[in-house]
Amino acid sequence: MDRLYTLWDHLAQTPLLGICLTLACFVLGDWINKKCKQSPLANPVLISIVLVSTVLMITKTDYQAYFNGAKYIHFLLGPATVALAVPLYKNIHHVKAALLPIIVTVIAGCLFAIFSGVGIAALLGGSRETLLSLAPKSVTAPVAMGLSEIIGGTPSLTAVLVILCGIIGAVFGGMVLNLVGVKNKKARGLAIGIASHGIGTARKLSVHETTGAFAGLGMGLNALATAVLLPLLYLFFT
Amino acid sequence: MLPFFFLICLLQLVGEAIVYVTDLPIPGPVVGMALLLAGLLINKGLPQGLDHAASGLLKYLALLFVPAGVGVTLHFNLIAREWLPITASLIIATLLTIAFCGLIMNFMDRRNG
Repeated sequence: MDRLYTLWDHLAQTPLLGICLTLACFVLGDWINKKCKQSPLANPVLISIVLVSTVLMITKTDYQAYFNGAKYIHFLLGPATVALAVPLYKNIHHVKAALLPIIVTVIAGCLFAIFSGVGIAALLGGSRETLLSLAPKSVTAPVAMGLSEIIGGTPSLTAVLVILCGIIGAVFGGMVLNLVGVKNKKARGLAIGIASHGIGTARKLSVHETTGAFAGLGMGLNALATAVLLPLLYLFFT
Repeated sequence: MLPFFFLICLLQLVGEAIVYVTDLPIPGPVVGMALLLAGLLINKGLPQGLDHAASGLLKYLALLFVPAGVGVTLHFNLIAREWLPITASLIIATLLTIAFCGLIMNFMDRRNG
């Protein structure tokens, strides 16, 4: 019977436990999200993170032991980032319809997102670590985490901030655009895509496919723009 | 599909190599993404196998953030201490950025068309 007491410790040494725990929590998170009619507030990633963290805390498993297995899932972020070129390519014909407006909006929006995000936190006394982790918050998570690491932020904190940023954009984005009187479907999609990488959620918010396509375009182009501009800004300002 | 999965990994590898050699402060996978996009634009077409390989990876993209996201438990103290700048920045900056981008695109697209 002694072995029952040491079973968890034994399993925690194999990668399997981290992998199974992640998958189990994500399946559950996805199920809860579907039960909540895919409300952006019931984000499956956020639910999974809370569930995994709770299990780790209850079982007193440290993060390193968990990540020892979960790193195999984490690793796939790299190839997934490369694969983002495919949806970007599928939407690229929209660029031709409004080349200059899109390029100007993406670059201006990329800079605005970085400066407003870092600026507001700095004014309210955010630490250096917080500011650097917040800087790439508008970019899709795999790219944001890579950028956070490069400029000296905390990738895990960035991952959570990125998800929260996406939820905020999905819940309030349409409302804000109505408030400032933006009815142009390309503008609505692009804005939500740039500010809160809201590809799936923007599509749901809209009655029109154009909005979804431009949200995807905004997300992909802003990932590229921020990947180039943020490290340069960092070198310039520090 | 497998050759294209290999291509995706290979482009990430090339991206990492370029970043290492040139010492560019850009994530290797982003360079890989740019290379793949450039290749698709030159090729003027999306091979079906590549579409499948990419869709397969991206279908569960959300799952892939979970391991890193759980790492946030290591930073509870930081978040508890700086909840105000973090929350304010997330909400205000994100909504301002949406309004800003929407207005610029709205203005430029109207003028353009």
